[in-house]
Amino acid sequence: MNPVPSFEPLKNSFQQKIFSLRNIFSTKQFILLLALVLLSPLSWAEEALPVAEDPAIEKRMLALSEDLRCLVCQNESLAGSRADFANDLRREIREQLKANKSDQEIIDFLVSRYGDFVLYKPPVKPATYLLWGGPFVFLLTGAGILFFYLKRRRKQIEEPPLTEEQHRHAETLLKENKGNNA
Amino acid sequence: MMRFLLPLAAFIVLVGFLAVGLNLKPREVPSPLIGKPAPVFQSQSLHEPERILASKDNLGKVWLLNVWASWCVSCREEHPLLVELAKSGIVPIYGLNYKDKRDLALQWLSQYGDPYTVSVVDPEGRIGIDYGVYGVPETYVIDKNGVIRHKQIGPVTVESLEKKILPLIKELQG
Repeated sequence: MNPVPSFEPLKNSFQQKIFSLRNIFSTKQFILLLALVLLSPLSWAEEALPVAEDPAIEKRMLALSEDLRCLVCQNESLAGSRADFANDLRREIREQLKANKSDQEIIDFLVSRYGDFVLYKPPVKPATYLLWGGPFVFLLTGAGILFFYLKRRRKQIEEPPLTEEQHRHAETLLKENKGNNA
Repeated sequence: MMRFLLPLAAFIVLVGFLAVGLNLKPREVPSPLIGKPAPVFQSQSLHEPERILASKDNLGKVWLLNVWASWCVSCREEHPLLVELAKSGIVPIYGLNYKDKRDLALQWLSQYGDPYTVSVVDPEGRIGIDYGVYGVPETYVIDKNGVIRHKQIGPVTVESLEKKILPLIKELQG
């Protein structure tokens, strides 16, 4: 039968590990190491882009594809997607830009093939009226409900008129108050 | 009474919306090309590279354009159905060999059977872009006037063949 290990030895080994780290690194070295570890993500934060022949075109292409949806990985933009499909479309956009096509012409080209779904910002047309108008309808409905609710509540908390006796009592109280002030 | 009915009604409406939402297929983006002339293409034949095939060769007949590739796993799923459909002779099937390598494509066809009247190669996916292809397989039904009438996204199934594609072909051929 193995003896059940108590808590003590574990604690000791943990302390030993800390101790051994202290032995290996001086405090200065440790801080330096920590800084290196913390800063290292910055060095690979920027993803390598394919080397473009023309940086101006590449910039326009990226700006354009930022607002276009990749149909394969639907929650990514064409600019951000690594899918083969997105690659092909980026190539297509690049080529059309080189052929002096305007941004609108390229968007129309893609919409005519893939539909409005490629656009992150859908156009306003009968099919999308509800989409664009919906939030305002909800806002107005909410405001209306709030308005009527507050109106009803005001009625409920309206004070009942004072009785004759309460009136007299209030007047005497007010007179008393005036006398005190004078 | 109203106190309970109103939240209950709201809940039922919400469940209704969620149920509809769950049954939508966001992967199947409706093609804007349906009812529009099929994009014109001209490219090499897969089997005979020196032979140039053009979409206008098919004017006057109803045909299917099936986008396939040897690297495409779901293509294997629909392939037996296509082979069978080709054997029946109901409709000619043209293959668009999408972003593939010639030797791999030929090997794939010899292994699984070749249902295609001809296959056109699209090594860089350019014809695919014109047709709005965003996944493989995809199948287009094109009528006698060269107009796209239907697009099947994903593998052709027995159900989609019987319910949609075959009746449509019959109607278009009629």
